[in-house]
Amino acid sequence: MSVTQRNLWRQAIRLLVLGLCTTAMVAPLVFMIIGSLKPDAAVLTEAGTLAAIFPNEVSLQNYTDAARRVPFGRFLFNSALINLAIVVLGLAVNALAGYALARLDLPGKKIALALVMAVLVIPFEAIAIPLFYQLSAIGLRDSYLVQIVPFIANPLSIYLFYSFFLNLPRELEEAARLDGAGTWRTFITIIVPNAKPVFAAVTIVSFLFSWGAYLWPLLMTTRAAVRPLPLAIASFYTLPPRQWGDILAFGVMMVAPLLVIFIVFQRWFVTGVANSGMKG
Amino acid sequence: MKKWSTAAIGMALPALIGLGLFVVLPFLLAIGLSFTNARLGSPLGIQFVGLREYVYVLSDATFWRALGNNCLFAALIVPGQTALALGLALLLNQPLRGMVVFRTLFFMPVIFPIALVSVVWILIFAPGPEGMLNGFLGWLSGGAWQPRDFLNDPTWALPAVVLTSIWQGAGFQMVVLLAGLQSIDPALHEAAAMDGAGRFRRFLHVTLPGLRNPLIFVTIVTTILSFRIFDQVRIMTNGGPKGATTTVVYEIVQAAFDRAQLSRGAAMAVLFFVLVLGLTLIQRRVFKQHGAVNR
Repeated sequence: MSVTQRNLWRQAIRLLVLGLCTTAMVAPLVFMIIGSLKPDAAVLTEAGTLAAIFPNEVSLQNYTDAARRVPFGRFLFNSALINLAIVVLGLAVNALAGYALARLDLPGKKIALALVMAVLVIPFEAIAIPLFYQLSAIGLRDSYLVQIVPFIANPLSIYLFYSFFLNLPRELEEAARLDGAGTWRTFITIIVPNAKPVFAAVTIVSFLFSWGAYLWPLLMTTRAAVRPLPLAIASFYTLPPRQWGDILAFGVMMVAPLLVIFIVFQRWFVTGVANSGMKG
Repeated sequence: MKKWSTAAIGMALPALIGLGLFVVLPFLLAIGLSFTNARLGSPLGIQFVGLREYVYVLSDATFWRALGNNCLFAALIVPGQTALALGLALLLNQPLRGMVVFRTLFFMPVIFPIALVSVVWILIFAPGPEGMLNGFLGWLSGGAWQPRDFLNDPTWALPAVVLTSIWQGAGFQMVVLLAGLQSIDPALHEAAAMDGAGRFRRFLHVTLPGLRNPLIFVTIVTTILSFRIFDQVRIMTNGGPKGATTTVVYEIVQAAFDRAQLSRGAAMAVLFFVLVLGLTLIQRRVFKQHGAVNR
Protein backbone atom coordinates (compact mmCIF):
# COMPACT_ATOMS: atom_id res chain seq x y z
CA MET A 1 0.00 0.00 0.00
CA SER A 2 1.24 3.47 -0.83
CA VAL A 3 1.42 6.21 1.75
CA THR A 4 -1.59 8.08 0.32
CA GLN A 5 -3.63 4.89 0.33
CA ARG A 6 -2.70 4.27 3.98
CA ASN A 7 -3.68 7.80 4.91
CA LEU A 8 -6.97 7.39 3.10
CA TRP A 9 -7.70 4.21 5.07
CA ARG A 10 -6.74 5.89 8.29
CA GLN A 11 -9.03 8.83 7.56
CA ALA A 12 -11.88 6.45 6.67
CA ILE A 13 -11.51 4.54 9.93
CA ARG A 14 -11.37 7.77 11.88
CA LEU A 15 -14.58 8.97 10.26
CA LEU A 16 -16.25 5.64 10.91
CA VAL A 17 -15.32 5.77 14.62
CA LEU A 18 -16.46 9.38 14.80
CA GLY A 19 -19.77 8.37 13.19
CA LEU A 20 -20.29 5.51 15.65
CA CYS A 21 -19.48 7.69 18.66
CA THR A 22 -21.80 10.42 17.42
CA THR A 23 -24.62 7.90 16.92
CA ALA A 24 -24.17 6.52 20.43
CA MET A 25 -24.02 9.98 22.03
CA VAL A 26 -26.91 11.44 20.05
CA ALA A 27 -29.29 8.44 19.91
CA PRO A 28 -30.91 9.02 23.34
CA LEU A 29 -31.50 12.65 22.40
CA VAL A 30 -33.09 11.84 19.03
CA PHE A 31 -35.10 9.10 20.70
CA MET A 32 -36.43 11.61 23.23
CA ILE A 33 -37.41 14.21 20.64
CA ILE A 34 -39.05 11.74 18.23
CA GLY A 35 -40.79 9.93 21.10
CA SER A 36 -42.28 13.19 22.31
CA LEU A 37 -44.04 13.58 18.95
CA LYS A 38 -45.60 10.11 18.85
CA PRO A 39 -48.82 8.74 20.35
CA ASP A 40 -48.24 7.69 23.97
CA ALA A 41 -48.78 3.98 23.44
CA ALA A 42 -46.49 3.85 20.41
CA VAL A 43 -43.47 5.25 22.31
CA LEU A 44 -42.81 2.05 24.25
CA THR A 45 -44.11 -0.53 21.77
CA GLU A 46 -42.03 0.89 18.91
CA ALA A 47 -38.95 1.76 20.97
CA GLY A 48 -36.95 -1.18 19.67
CA THR A 49 -37.98 -0.76 16.05
CA LEU A 50 -36.99 1.68 13.33
CA ALA A 51 -40.20 3.57 14.06
CA ALA A 52 -38.42 4.91 17.17
CA ILE A 53 -36.44 7.13 14.81
CA PHE A 54 -38.77 7.32 11.80
CA PRO A 55 -42.28 7.71 13.27
CA ASN A 56 -45.43 6.80 11.39
CA GLU A 57 -47.42 9.73 12.70
CA VAL A 58 -46.39 12.85 14.55
CA SER A 59 -48.31 15.45 16.53
CA LEU A 60 -47.83 18.00 19.28
CA GLN A 61 -50.60 16.37 21.31
CA ASN A 62 -48.14 15.23 24.04
CA TYR A 63 -46.96 18.79 24.60
CA THR A 64 -50.45 20.09 25.23
CA ASP A 65 -51.24 17.02 27.36
CA ALA A 66 -48.14 17.45 29.52
CA ALA A 67 -48.83 21.15 29.98
CA ARG A 68 -52.42 20.31 30.96
CA ARG A 69 -51.50 17.60 33.47
CA VAL A 70 -48.84 19.57 35.38
CA PRO A 71 -48.07 23.29 35.84
CA PHE A 72 -45.03 23.20 33.57
CA GLY A 73 -44.72 26.98 33.34
CA ARG A 74 -44.55 27.19 37.10
CA PHE A 75 -41.72 24.63 37.29
CA LEU A 76 -39.81 26.48 34.59
CA PHE A 77 -40.25 29.76 36.44
CA ASN A 78 -39.11 28.14 39.71
CA SER A 79 -35.97 26.71 38.13
CA ALA A 80 -35.14 29.97 36.37
CA LEU A 81 -35.63 32.03 39.52
CA ILE A 82 -33.67 29.70 41.80
CA ASN A 83 -30.70 29.24 39.50
CA LEU A 84 -30.53 32.86 38.41
CA ALA A 85 -30.46 33.93 42.06
CA ILE A 86 -27.78 31.38 42.97
CA VAL A 87 -25.56 32.34 40.04
CA VAL A 88 -25.92 36.13 40.25
CA LEU A 89 -25.67 36.44 44.04
CA GLY A 90 -22.93 33.81 43.99
CA LEU A 91 -20.87 35.80 41.49
CA ALA A 92 -20.99 38.89 43.71
CA VAL A 93 -20.33 37.17 47.03
CA ASN A 94 -17.63 34.76 45.82
CA ALA A 95 -15.80 37.25 43.60
CA LEU A 96 -15.51 39.68 46.51
CA ALA A 97 -14.25 36.95 48.82
CA GLY A 98 -11.79 35.64 46.22
CA TYR A 99 -10.46 39.16 45.71
CA ALA A 100 -10.10 39.89 49.42
CA LEU A 101 -8.25 36.59 49.92
CA ALA A 102 -5.96 37.09 46.95
CA ARG A 103 -5.11 40.77 47.10
CA LEU A 104 -6.17 42.54 50.26
CA ASP A 105 -4.81 42.95 53.74
CA LEU A 106 -7.35 40.67 55.38
CA PRO A 107 -6.85 39.79 59.06
CA GLY A 108 -6.70 36.02 59.53
CA LYS A 109 -6.24 35.52 55.80
CA LYS A 110 -4.39 32.22 56.14
CA ILE A 111 -7.12 30.76 58.34
CA ALA A 112 -9.87 31.96 56.00
CA LEU A 113 -8.09 30.45 53.01
CA ALA A 114 -7.56 27.16 54.83
CA LEU A 115 -11.26 27.16 55.71
CA VAL A 116 -12.25 27.58 52.06
CA MET A 117 -9.91 24.77 50.97
CA ALA A 118 -11.13 22.48 53.76
CA VAL A 119 -14.78 23.13 52.99
CA LEU A 120 -14.13 22.31 49.32
CA VAL A 121 -13.65 18.67 50.32
CA ILE A 122 -16.98 18.32 52.15
CA PRO A 123 -19.51 16.70 49.80
CA PHE A 124 -22.99 18.18 50.00
CA GLU A 125 -24.52 14.76 50.69
CA ALA A 126 -22.57 14.55 53.97
CA ILE A 127 -24.23 17.67 55.36
CA ALA A 128 -27.68 17.42 53.75
CA ILE A 129 -29.31 15.82 56.81
CA PRO A 130 -28.25 18.32 59.49
CA LEU A 131 -28.82 21.16 57.03
CA PHE A 132 -32.34 19.87 56.52
CA TYR A 133 -32.79 19.69 60.27
CA GLN A 134 -31.35 23.18 60.79
CA LEU A 135 -33.46 24.90 58.13
CA SER A 136 -36.69 23.01 58.81
CA ALA A 137 -36.37 24.04 62.45
CA ILE A 138 -36.63 27.71 61.45
CA GLY A 139 -39.59 26.97 59.17
CA LEU A 140 -37.91 27.35 55.81
CA ARG A 141 -39.28 24.20 54.15
CA ASP A 142 -41.18 24.66 50.90
CA SER A 143 -39.67 28.01 50.05
CA TYR A 144 -37.46 29.53 47.37
CA LEU A 145 -35.11 30.87 50.02
CA VAL A 146 -34.14 27.41 51.24
CA GLN A 147 -33.18 26.44 47.70
CA ILE A 148 -31.10 29.58 47.13
CA VAL A 149 -29.42 30.93 50.25
CA PRO A 150 -27.34 27.86 51.29
CA PHE A 151 -25.75 27.69 47.83
CA ILE A 152 -24.68 31.31 47.30
CA ALA A 153 -21.31 31.07 49.05
CA ASN A 154 -19.44 28.36 47.13
CA PRO A 155 -15.90 27.23 47.93
CA LEU A 156 -15.14 26.18 44.33
CA SER A 157 -16.22 29.58 42.99
CA ILE A 158 -14.16 31.36 45.65
CA TYR A 159 -11.16 29.23 44.74
CA LEU A 160 -11.53 29.93 40.99
CA PHE A 161 -11.79 33.69 41.65
CA TYR A 162 -8.93 33.55 44.14
CA SER A 163 -6.52 31.87 41.75
CA PHE A 164 -7.48 34.22 38.92
CA PHE A 165 -7.00 37.38 41.01
CA LEU A 166 -3.71 36.09 42.37
CA ASN A 167 -2.25 36.25 38.86
CA LEU A 168 -3.63 39.64 37.87
CA PRO A 169 -0.88 42.29 37.42
CA ARG A 170 -0.40 44.56 40.45
CA GLU A 171 -0.06 47.66 38.25
CA LEU A 172 -3.82 47.75 37.69
CA GLU A 173 -4.56 48.45 41.34
CA GLU A 174 -1.61 50.75 41.84
CA ALA A 175 -2.75 53.03 39.02
CA ALA A 176 -6.24 53.14 40.52
CA ARG A 177 -4.87 53.88 43.96
CA LEU A 178 -2.76 56.78 42.62
CA ASP A 179 -6.01 58.17 41.19
CA GLY A 180 -7.41 58.11 44.73
CA ALA A 181 -9.89 55.26 44.26
CA GLY A 182 -10.82 53.26 47.36
CA THR A 183 -10.84 49.47 47.57
CA TRP A 184 -14.46 49.02 46.57
CA ARG A 185 -14.19 51.43 43.64
CA THR A 186 -10.99 49.81 42.47
CA PHE A 187 -12.66 46.43 42.53
CA ILE A 188 -15.77 47.52 40.65
CA THR A 189 -14.20 49.81 38.04
CA ILE A 190 -10.79 48.18 37.47
CA ILE A 191 -10.79 44.56 38.63
CA VAL A 192 -14.21 43.36 37.45
CA PRO A 193 -13.81 44.57 33.83
CA ASN A 194 -10.45 42.77 33.68
CA ALA A 195 -11.83 39.50 35.02
CA LYS A 196 -14.44 38.59 32.39
CA PRO A 197 -13.04 35.10 31.70
CA VAL A 198 -13.27 34.02 35.33
CA PHE A 199 -16.76 35.49 35.70
CA ALA A 200 -17.86 33.56 32.62
CA ALA A 201 -16.26 30.33 33.87
CA VAL A 202 -17.82 30.61 37.33
CA THR A 203 -21.23 31.45 35.84
CA ILE A 204 -21.19 28.33 33.68
CA VAL A 205 -19.72 25.94 36.24
CA SER A 206 -21.94 27.08 39.11
CA PHE A 207 -25.00 26.99 36.87
CA LEU A 208 -24.22 23.47 35.62
CA PHE A 209 -23.85 22.26 39.20
CA SER A 210 -26.94 23.96 40.60
CA TRP A 211 -29.45 23.46 37.79
CA GLY A 212 -29.56 19.68 38.02
CA ALA A 213 -30.12 19.69 41.80
CA TYR A 214 -32.42 16.85 42.81
CA LEU A 215 -31.63 15.62 46.33
CA TRP A 216 -32.05 18.95 48.11
CA PRO A 217 -35.42 19.95 46.59
CA LEU A 218 -36.56 16.35 47.14
CA LEU A 219 -35.89 16.75 50.87
CA MET A 220 -37.01 20.34 51.21
CA THR A 221 -40.11 20.76 49.06
CA THR A 222 -43.53 19.15 49.16
CA ARG A 223 -45.54 21.66 47.11
CA ALA A 224 -45.42 21.96 43.32
CA ALA A 225 -45.49 25.74 43.72
CA VAL A 226 -41.78 25.90 44.63
CA ARG A 227 -40.43 22.75 42.95
CA PRO A 228 -37.76 23.01 40.24
CA LEU A 229 -37.77 21.13 36.92
CA PRO A 230 -35.48 18.13 37.71
CA LEU A 231 -37.66 17.12 40.65
CA ALA A 232 -40.78 17.81 38.61
CA ILE A 233 -39.75 15.46 35.78
CA ALA A 234 -38.91 12.71 38.26
CA SER A 235 -42.30 12.97 39.92
CA PHE A 236 -44.12 13.41 36.59
CA TYR A 237 -42.58 10.09 35.56
CA THR A 238 -44.23 8.39 38.54
CA LEU A 239 -47.58 10.15 38.04
CA PRO A 240 -50.21 7.64 36.85
CA PRO A 241 -51.21 6.91 34.15
CA ARG A 242 -47.67 6.59 32.77
CA GLN A 243 -47.87 8.32 29.39
CA TRP A 244 -44.40 8.08 27.85
CA GLY A 245 -45.15 10.61 25.14
CA ASP A 246 -46.10 13.22 27.74
CA ILE A 247 -43.01 12.44 29.82
CA LEU A 248 -40.68 12.89 26.85
CA ALA A 249 -42.50 16.06 25.80
CA PHE A 250 -41.94 17.41 29.33
CA GLY A 251 -38.25 16.49 28.95
CA VAL A 252 -37.89 18.28 25.63
CA MET A 253 -39.66 21.37 26.98
CA MET A 254 -37.40 21.46 30.02
CA VAL A 255 -34.09 21.33 28.14
CA ALA A 256 -35.14 23.34 25.07
CA PRO A 257 -34.50 26.80 26.56
CA LEU A 258 -31.16 25.67 27.89
CA LEU A 259 -30.17 24.02 24.60
CA VAL A 260 -30.72 27.32 22.81
CA ILE A 261 -28.59 29.17 25.36
CA PHE A 262 -25.96 26.45 25.14
CA ILE A 263 -25.74 26.48 21.35
CA VAL A 264 -25.47 30.27 21.23
CA PHE A 265 -22.82 30.43 23.96
CA GLN A 266 -21.22 27.02 23.40
CA ARG A 267 -17.73 28.50 23.16
CA TRP A 268 -18.18 30.02 26.63
CA PHE A 269 -19.46 26.74 28.04
CA VAL A 270 -16.50 24.85 26.67
CA THR A 271 -13.84 27.33 27.77
CA GLY A 272 -15.54 27.75 31.15
CA VAL A 273 -15.44 24.03 31.86
CA ALA A 274 -11.95 23.63 30.42
CA ASN A 275 -10.67 26.50 32.58
CA SER A 276 -12.11 25.05 35.74
CA GLY A 277 -10.34 21.80 34.84
CA MET A 278 -6.99 23.40 34.17
CA LYS A 279 -7.15 25.39 37.40
CA GLY A 280 -8.66 22.78 39.67
CA MET B 1 -3.77 51.08 55.76
CA LYS B 2 -6.69 50.67 58.18
CA LYS B 3 -9.21 51.57 55.45
CA TRP B 4 -8.01 48.72 53.19
CA SER B 5 -8.42 46.25 55.99
CA THR B 6 -12.04 47.16 56.80
CA ALA B 7 -12.95 46.93 53.13
CA ALA B 8 -11.29 43.50 52.98
CA ILE B 9 -13.35 42.27 55.92
CA GLY B 10 -16.52 43.60 54.35
CA MET B 11 -15.74 41.83 51.10
CA ALA B 12 -14.82 38.47 52.59
CA LEU B 13 -17.49 38.35 55.28
CA PRO B 14 -20.65 37.44 53.32
CA ALA B 15 -19.01 34.37 51.76
CA LEU B 16 -17.35 33.29 54.99
CA ILE B 17 -20.61 33.64 56.93
CA GLY B 18 -22.37 31.62 54.23
CA LEU B 19 -19.81 28.82 54.36
CA GLY B 20 -19.90 28.88 58.15
CA LEU B 21 -23.69 28.68 58.44
CA PHE B 22 -24.41 26.29 55.59
CA VAL B 23 -21.36 24.03 55.46
CA VAL B 24 -19.31 24.18 58.67
CA LEU B 25 -22.26 24.33 61.07
CA PRO B 26 -24.20 21.42 59.52
CA PHE B 27 -20.96 19.48 59.32
CA LEU B 28 -20.36 19.92 63.05
CA LEU B 29 -24.02 19.14 63.66
CA ALA B 30 -23.65 15.88 61.70
CA ILE B 31 -20.77 14.86 63.94
CA GLY B 32 -22.73 15.85 67.04
CA LEU B 33 -25.93 14.05 66.00
CA SER B 34 -24.01 10.89 65.13
CA PHE B 35 -23.25 10.39 68.83
CA THR B 36 -26.90 10.69 69.88
CA ASN B 37 -30.13 8.74 69.45
CA ALA B 38 -31.96 11.57 67.63
CA ARG B 39 -34.96 10.57 65.52
CA LEU B 40 -37.00 12.77 63.22
CA GLY B 41 -40.27 13.81 64.83
CA SER B 42 -39.62 11.90 68.03
CA PRO B 43 -41.11 13.44 71.18
CA LEU B 44 -38.42 11.86 73.40
CA GLY B 45 -35.40 13.90 74.42
CA ILE B 46 -32.08 13.49 72.63
CA GLN B 47 -29.54 11.42 74.53
CA PHE B 48 -25.82 10.94 74.11
CA VAL B 49 -25.18 7.32 73.20
CA GLY B 50 -21.48 7.39 72.33
CA LEU B 51 -20.41 5.23 69.42
CA ARG B 52 -23.60 3.13 69.34
CA GLU B 53 -24.74 4.28 65.89
CA TYR B 54 -21.26 3.77 64.43
CA VAL B 55 -21.12 0.24 65.81
CA TYR B 56 -24.54 -0.44 64.33
CA VAL B 57 -23.67 0.99 60.89
CA LEU B 58 -20.32 -0.76 60.67
CA SER B 59 -21.87 -4.12 61.52
CA ASP B 60 -24.77 -3.62 59.09
CA ALA B 61 -24.54 -5.73 55.94
CA THR B 62 -26.57 -3.19 53.94
CA PHE B 63 -24.02 -0.47 54.62
CA TRP B 64 -21.18 -2.69 53.38
CA ARG B 65 -23.25 -3.69 50.37
CA ALA B 66 -23.73 0.00 49.56
CA LEU B 67 -20.04 0.71 50.00
CA GLY B 68 -19.14 -2.26 47.80
CA ASN B 69 -21.53 -0.99 45.12
CA ASN B 70 -19.89 2.43 45.29
CA CYS B 71 -16.50 0.80 44.73
CA LEU B 72 -17.97 -1.11 41.78
CA PHE B 73 -19.46 2.10 40.37
CA ALA B 74 -16.09 3.81 40.64
CA ALA B 75 -14.24 0.82 39.17
CA LEU B 76 -16.51 0.86 36.10
CA ILE B 77 -17.23 4.55 35.66
CA VAL B 78 -13.76 6.04 36.21
CA PRO B 79 -11.83 4.00 33.60
CA GLY B 80 -14.81 3.69 31.25
CA GLN B 81 -15.68 7.34 31.20
CA THR B 82 -12.09 8.57 31.13
CA ALA B 83 -11.22 6.25 28.23
CA LEU B 84 -14.31 7.32 26.29
CA ALA B 85 -13.64 10.99 26.96
CA LEU B 86 -9.98 10.63 25.97
CA GLY B 87 -10.99 8.80 22.78
CA LEU B 88 -13.49 11.51 21.87
CA ALA B 89 -10.98 14.25 22.64
CA LEU B 90 -8.33 12.58 20.43
CA LEU B 91 -10.88 12.22 17.61
CA LEU B 92 -11.79 15.87 17.83
CA ASN B 93 -8.26 17.17 18.19
CA GLN B 94 -7.62 17.86 14.54
CA PRO B 95 -7.88 21.01 12.49
CA LEU B 96 -10.97 20.03 10.52
CA ARG B 97 -14.01 22.17 9.88
CA GLY B 98 -17.13 20.92 11.58
CA MET B 99 -15.28 19.69 14.67
CA VAL B 100 -17.13 22.34 16.70
CA VAL B 101 -20.41 20.64 15.76
CA PHE B 102 -19.22 17.28 17.11
CA ARG B 103 -17.80 18.88 20.24
CA THR B 104 -21.14 20.56 20.84
CA LEU B 105 -23.01 17.28 20.33
CA PHE B 106 -20.74 15.31 22.67
CA PHE B 107 -20.93 17.98 25.35
CA MET B 108 -24.72 18.32 25.15
CA PRO B 109 -25.64 15.58 27.69
CA VAL B 110 -23.70 17.54 30.33
CA ILE B 111 -26.35 20.26 30.35
CA PHE B 112 -29.12 17.66 30.87
CA PRO B 113 -30.14 17.31 34.53
CA ILE B 114 -29.38 13.78 35.69
CA ALA B 115 -33.06 13.39 36.67
CA LEU B 116 -34.13 13.79 33.04
CA VAL B 117 -31.29 11.58 31.79
CA SER B 118 -32.40 8.85 34.21
CA VAL B 119 -36.01 8.96 33.01
CA VAL B 120 -34.99 8.79 29.33
CA TRP B 121 -32.66 5.84 30.02
CA ILE B 122 -35.39 4.00 31.92
CA LEU B 123 -37.23 3.98 28.62
CA ILE B 124 -34.11 2.85 26.74
CA PHE B 125 -33.68 -0.04 29.20
CA ALA B 126 -37.38 -0.98 29.02
CA PRO B 127 -37.97 -4.73 29.42
CA GLY B 128 -39.21 -7.11 26.72
CA PRO B 129 -38.35 -7.21 23.02
CA GLU B 130 -39.94 -3.79 22.49
CA GLY B 131 -37.42 -2.03 24.73
CA MET B 132 -35.03 0.14 22.74
CA LEU B 133 -31.80 -1.51 23.85
CA ASN B 134 -33.33 -4.99 23.79
CA GLY B 135 -34.69 -4.38 20.29
CA PHE B 136 -31.35 -3.05 19.10
CA LEU B 137 -29.37 -5.96 20.58
CA GLY B 138 -31.91 -8.39 19.07
CA TRP B 139 -31.47 -6.81 15.64
CA LEU B 140 -27.67 -6.77 16.06
CA SER B 141 -27.53 -10.46 17.04
CA GLY B 142 -30.03 -11.53 14.40
CA GLY B 143 -32.61 -12.50 17.01
CA ALA B 144 -30.25 -14.47 19.27
CA TRP B 145 -30.43 -11.88 22.10
CA GLN B 146 -32.78 -12.83 24.94
CA PRO B 147 -34.59 -9.64 26.02
CA ARG B 148 -34.07 -8.74 29.68
CA ASP B 149 -35.49 -6.41 32.23
CA PHE B 150 -32.17 -4.63 32.73
CA LEU B 151 -33.18 -2.45 35.68
CA ASN B 152 -34.80 -5.33 37.58
CA ASP B 153 -32.01 -7.81 36.93
CA PRO B 154 -29.44 -8.09 39.78
CA THR B 155 -26.60 -8.54 37.28
CA TRP B 156 -27.58 -5.83 34.81
CA ALA B 157 -29.03 -3.08 36.98
CA LEU B 158 -25.69 -1.67 38.13
CA PRO B 159 -24.06 -1.68 34.68
CA ALA B 160 -27.20 0.01 33.32
CA VAL B 161 -26.86 2.84 35.84
CA VAL B 162 -23.13 3.01 35.02
CA LEU B 163 -23.89 3.42 31.30
CA THR B 164 -26.37 6.18 32.02
CA SER B 165 -23.84 8.02 34.19
CA ILE B 166 -21.07 7.69 31.60
CA TRP B 167 -23.32 9.01 28.84
CA GLN B 168 -24.12 12.08 30.89
CA GLY B 169 -20.62 12.75 32.22
CA ALA B 170 -18.22 11.96 29.37
CA GLY B 171 -18.68 15.32 27.62
CA PHE B 172 -17.45 17.25 30.65
CA GLN B 173 -14.24 15.23 30.81
CA MET B 174 -13.80 15.39 27.05
CA VAL B 175 -13.78 19.17 27.07
CA VAL B 176 -11.18 19.28 29.85
CA LEU B 177 -8.96 16.74 28.06
CA LEU B 178 -9.39 18.46 24.68
CA ALA B 179 -8.16 21.72 26.21
CA GLY B 180 -5.20 19.78 27.58
CA LEU B 181 -4.43 18.26 24.18
CA GLN B 182 -4.54 21.65 22.53
CA SER B 183 -2.06 23.07 25.02
CA ILE B 184 0.57 20.48 24.09
CA ASP B 185 3.28 22.12 21.99
CA PRO B 186 3.07 20.65 18.42
CA ALA B 187 6.88 21.00 18.23
CA LEU B 188 7.16 18.14 20.74
CA HIS B 189 5.23 15.84 18.39
CA GLU B 190 7.35 16.93 15.43
CA ALA B 191 10.57 16.38 17.34
CA ALA B 192 9.45 12.89 18.39
CA ALA B 193 8.42 12.08 14.80
CA MET B 194 11.88 13.22 13.60
CA ASP B 195 13.41 10.81 16.06
CA GLY B 196 11.43 8.08 14.37
CA ALA B 197 8.73 7.58 17.01
CA GLY B 198 5.55 6.03 15.59
CA ARG B 199 2.02 7.12 16.41
CA PHE B 200 1.65 4.86 19.40
CA ARG B 201 4.98 5.83 20.93
CA ARG B 202 4.26 9.50 20.42
CA PHE B 203 0.93 9.02 22.20
CA LEU B 204 2.71 7.25 25.08
CA HIS B 205 5.66 9.61 25.42
CA VAL B 206 4.31 12.98 24.30
CA THR B 207 0.51 13.04 24.53
CA LEU B 208 -0.01 11.22 27.84
CA PRO B 209 2.66 13.12 29.81
CA GLY B 210 1.31 16.36 28.35
CA LEU B 211 -2.15 15.45 29.62
CA ARG B 212 -1.00 14.65 33.15
CA ASN B 213 -2.73 17.50 34.97
CA PRO B 214 -6.08 17.33 33.16
CA LEU B 215 -6.09 13.55 33.60
CA ILE B 216 -5.45 13.91 37.33
CA PHE B 217 -8.28 16.40 37.54
CA VAL B 218 -10.83 14.26 35.70
CA THR B 219 -10.00 11.04 37.55
CA ILE B 220 -10.24 12.73 40.96
CA VAL B 221 -13.52 14.41 40.11
CA THR B 222 -15.05 11.28 38.58
CA THR B 223 -13.99 9.03 41.46
CA ILE B 224 -15.55 11.37 43.99
CA LEU B 225 -18.72 11.69 41.91
CA SER B 226 -18.95 7.88 41.73
CA PHE B 227 -18.99 7.78 45.51
CA ARG B 228 -21.64 10.50 45.66
CA ILE B 229 -24.09 8.74 43.29
CA PHE B 230 -27.69 9.15 44.40
CA ASP B 231 -30.04 10.73 41.83
CA GLN B 232 -29.76 8.02 39.14
CA VAL B 233 -30.18 5.24 41.69
CA ARG B 234 -33.16 6.84 43.37
CA ILE B 235 -34.97 7.42 40.07
CA MET B 236 -33.95 4.33 38.05
CA THR B 237 -33.80 1.46 40.55
CA ASN B 238 -34.54 2.68 44.09
CA GLY B 239 -31.38 0.87 45.12
CA GLY B 240 -32.73 -2.46 43.90
CA PRO B 241 -33.18 -5.13 42.86
CA LYS B 242 -32.35 -6.57 46.30
CA GLY B 243 -29.80 -3.87 47.07
CA ALA B 244 -27.85 -4.46 43.84
CA THR B 245 -27.54 -0.73 43.12
CA THR B 246 -27.83 0.85 46.55
CA THR B 247 -25.14 3.38 47.45
CA VAL B 248 -23.90 4.99 50.64
CA VAL B 249 -25.71 8.26 49.95
CA TYR B 250 -28.88 6.33 49.10
CA GLU B 251 -28.65 4.53 52.46
CA ILE B 252 -28.03 7.83 54.28
CA VAL B 253 -31.23 9.25 52.83
CA GLN B 254 -33.14 6.02 53.52
CA ALA B 255 -32.05 5.95 57.14
CA ALA B 256 -32.58 9.62 57.92
CA PHE B 257 -35.84 10.22 56.04
CA ASP B 258 -37.63 7.00 55.16
CA ARG B 259 -36.90 5.48 58.58
CA ALA B 260 -36.55 8.75 60.56
CA GLN B 261 -33.25 7.52 62.06
CA LEU B 262 -31.57 10.90 62.05
CA SER B 263 -28.56 9.90 64.13
CA ARG B 264 -27.90 6.76 62.10
CA GLY B 265 -28.00 8.81 58.90
CA ALA B 266 -25.62 11.30 60.51
CA ALA B 267 -23.19 8.54 61.52
CA MET B 268 -23.20 7.23 57.93
CA ALA B 269 -22.71 10.76 56.64
CA VAL B 270 -19.64 11.21 58.84
CA LEU B 271 -18.20 7.89 57.64
CA PHE B 272 -19.00 8.94 54.07
CA PHE B 273 -17.13 12.20 54.57
CA VAL B 274 -14.08 10.39 55.96
CA LEU B 275 -14.17 8.11 52.92
CA VAL B 276 -14.30 10.97 50.41
CA LEU B 277 -11.58 12.84 52.31
CA GLY B 278 -9.39 9.74 52.33
CA LEU B 279 -9.88 9.22 48.59
CA THR B 280 -8.96 12.83 47.85
CA LEU B 281 -5.82 12.66 49.97
CA ILE B 282 -4.70 9.32 48.52
CA GLN B 283 -5.21 10.47 44.95
CA ARG B 284 -3.38 13.74 45.51
CA ARG B 285 -0.50 11.89 47.10
CA VAL B 286 -0.26 9.24 44.39
CA PHE B 287 -0.27 11.84 41.64
CA LYS B 288 2.15 14.14 43.40
CA GLN B 289 4.79 11.41 43.39
CA HIS B 290 4.59 11.41 39.62
CA GLY B 291 5.23 15.11 39.26
CA ALA B 292 3.93 18.52 40.04
CA VAL B 293 0.22 19.10 40.48
CA ASN B 294 -1.16 22.56 39.76
CA ARG B 295 -2.20 23.39 43.28
